[in-house]
Amino acid sequence: MARMKFICDAERCIECNGCVTACKAEHEVPWGVNRRRVVTLNDGLPGERSISVACMHCSDAPCMAVCPVDCFYRTDEGVVLHDKDTCIGCGYCSYACPFGAPQFPTNGNFGLRGKMDKCTFCAGGPEANGSVAENAKYGRNRLSEGKLPACAEMCSTKALLGGDGDVVADIFRSRVLNRGKGSEVWGWGTAYGKPTEGKQPAVQPTEGKKS
Amino acid sequence: MRRVAAAGFGLVAAFALAACGEKAQTVASGSEKKADVPGWQPGNSAYLAPGWTPGDRTSWEAQLRTRAQAQNDFAVPTK
Repeated sequence: MARMKFICDAERCIECNGCVTACKAEHEVPWGVNRRRVVTLNDGLPGERSISVACMHCSDAPCMAVCPVDCFYRTDEGVVLHDKDTCIGCGYCSYACPFGAPQFPTNGNFGLRGKMDKCTFCAGGPEANGSVAENAKYGRNRLSEGKLPACAEMCSTKALLGGDGDVVADIFRSRVLNRGKGSEVWGWGTAYGKPTEGKQPAVQPTEGKKS
Repeated sequence: MRRVAAAGFGLVAAFALAACGEKAQTVASGSEKKADVPGWQPGNSAYLAPGWTPGDRTSWEAQLRTRAQAQNDFAVPTK
């Protein structure tokens, strides 16, 4: 069974914000809500790194654990989705999420906080696939059209990979082996372990060395 | 007389506590979640990607795996 995941290759991300734009355009996300954004560390300094961040569709999602109305659910493909009809907009999920994925529209008076909005891995919501209601609440359901998330498919440098976790892990692993570095960059090794598990890489990456 | 009073008290108590009743709020009650339609069962979308059979889970998963290879610039193109 597929397990949908995102991985952003910090060696390739050029902070073009194409993924952010693709997401906003595909789902007609309102002002003030950014389902995806690009974070840059050490901006302007040697060793600057950018990474595209959205909901990581955690296997043990903390947002699901803290939601008082239990509006989250996980699809068979491991995509974490939520039901806006059940959401009360309390914001607990935004405090629990380590990636800042849950977003809240502030389109009312007195800082009114609406129902939570987040990346759906382009898988819509609980409404019928491709329906008008689903599109209005969650945006386009590309997964049910046999497509992958717009942000990953639109990435100009193919830095952002999205799809079955095993497939994107293989793609990333082949890149690291081909360029001989990259696994030492923060993110991948910390989250998923070294990509050399099971076999020795053709070129051993140097520990702690930054490009 | 005492029986009538006890019955009356019971009726009053039942009426007074009626407002305290509430529907089950556990996950098992099924009132919180909606069952989602599986991804391999598309709606009436005019934008289906070619190469798979709508409604067939195996074909859909294979389609997503194949499509993901478009992100792999080290992949050998198949003819």
